[in-house]
Amino acid sequence: MAYAAGVDVGSTQTKAVIIDEDRRIVGRALIDTGANVVRAAENAFHAALENGGIYEEDVAFVVGTGYGRYKVTFGDTQITEISCHARGAVHMFPGTRTVLDMGGQDTKAIRVSPDGDVIDFVMNDKCAAGTGRFLQYAAMALDIPLAEIGAIALQAQRPVKISTTCTVFAETEVLSWLAKGKKIEDILMGVHRSIATRSIGLLRRVGIEEEVTFTGGVAKNIGMVNVLNELLGLRLNVSEESHFMGALGAALFAMDRIISSRTPATREV
Amino acid sequence: MYTAGVDVGSTYTKAVVLDDGAEIVGKSIVKTGFKLDKAATRALQEALRAAGLAERDVAYIVSTGYGRYQVPFRDTQVTDLTAHARAAHHFFPGTRTVLDVGGQTMKALRLDEMGKVRAFRLNDKCAAGTGAFLEKTARYMGYEIEEIGALIATSKEPVPISGVCAVFAESEVINHVSQGASPADIMHGAIVSLVGRSVQLMKRVRGEPEYTLVGGIMRFQTMVDVVCEELGIRVGEGVNLLPDDLVQFNGAIGAAILAQRRLRKLADEGRLDEHLRLRAETPLALAG
Repeated sequence: MAYAAGVDVGSTQTKAVIIDEDRRIVGRALIDTGANVVRAAENAFHAALENGGIYEEDVAFVVGTGYGRYKVTFGDTQITEISCHARGAVHMFPGTRTVLDMGGQDTKAIRVSPDGDVIDFVMNDKCAAGTGRFLQYAAMALDIPLAEIGAIALQAQRPVKISTTCTVFAETEVLSWLAKGKKIEDILMGVHRSIATRSIGLLRRVGIEEEVTFTGGVAKNIGMVNVLNELLGLRLNVSEESHFMGALGAALFAMDRIISSRTPATREV
Repeated sequence: MYTAGVDVGSTYTKAVVLDDGAEIVGKSIVKTGFKLDKAATRALQEALRAAGLAERDVAYIVSTGYGRYQVPFRDTQVTDLTAHARAAHHFFPGTRTVLDVGGQTMKALRLDEMGKVRAFRLNDKCAAGTGAFLEKTARYMGYEIEEIGALIATSKEPVPISGVCAVFAESEVINHVSQGASPADIMHGAIVSLVGRSVQLMKRVRGEPEYTLVGGIMRFQTMVDVVCEELGIRVGEGVNLLPDDLVQFNGAIGAAILAQRRLRKLADEGRLDEHLRLRAETPLALAG
């Protein structure tokens, strides 16, 4: 049995996924990227091996992806996270035509063909507005764990309107709402809506075609899922493995390489 | 007669008290926080204490800055543009361009010979063009704002920082640190990047000498040096700086100067006594 691995080095977290020849996830790991990106990639990969009880020598091909993909020094090749997220999303939800990926520092909207090929994509490359970082800053300002803010936001009765675009200034705005006596859930709902609105803007630019699959770490946030469903008027596909989607896509590409290397090289006739 | 200017900025609130010769007799700076009215009251009370004056000695109060409407004891308010222009013209009558870099805003103004604002551009949408960018960069490396000045003074050569986004700068800074760049050089790089944005803003108002640079960041000599370098002029030749202890007070001083002008106008119109009577009936303490 040969295994394939995908390592997705994100700005905030590094994810590694190992799949078997049936393209089932057999090992996974998620660690904070931190300052040493090379080390983060290695650590995530080894943690995934350990998680799956798999020997390193049984992994026949490794694909690196994410912003730090060139730091995956043990990788056999690199593929952009756009392709990997599309591939992972279509694998999990074959009806996927649009992917919204929200990570720690970037948000991408990707339109895919029925085969999982990328047709078009847009991302926030200029600034961190409308990314997971916005949520992180708000959570820090309010001193609430990031994992809890989505559920708290859903209790909002009268959401505030967040007017700042810049993530840095949002922190100040959150505190000023707090000083004005607004409820935490109302502030948090305002923050979620603000980010959702921005990401819907990105989706519109590539064209929203159902089904829409929501990936990335922020897809773990129940508040964001609900707000997006409400504002888009549809139900997003959200997998339990949402933040592993890029790494899964990378592992699937790696498995393609393993399998194609076995077939006789008919190209060389 | 004494007047006061209160500049409620996003980060600091500044108050100055002027006499009728436009001499500063008292000033104070406090953190703005989130209760803008309280910050304004505290700043003015401290400035009065420094001047050895009482509330009733101040005949006219003008507020400015983003929190100017939150100053409950003001006689009137002016925009920060007007206040900065007025003070820059007062100190340096040859000023044609003012650059103000604040905690959360950056402004470029072009003035005419009379000190009137002819054109302005401002950035208050994105932290990459403001003091917050330097603050974040310092924080990513474990330094406080107060330490920035001493830190950059030791820089040998700036490290290139893209400065597209104050959040994106984090990974950039961490990368540089892990590759062994010194925090001083990284901070210097952040200043170069910030100045790049300032110069763009000044170009958009068709800035020309003399340039007057204001805002707390101008206390850093490196900031001033880089602005001069980017503008292609020598320090002291067409670039004006307020003394270190006043550089954050330009807006407040401008407001207080405008207050003096209002008083003269009231006197000319014969309405001064009426004004002073009303003023006496509105004590500062009402800010509560």
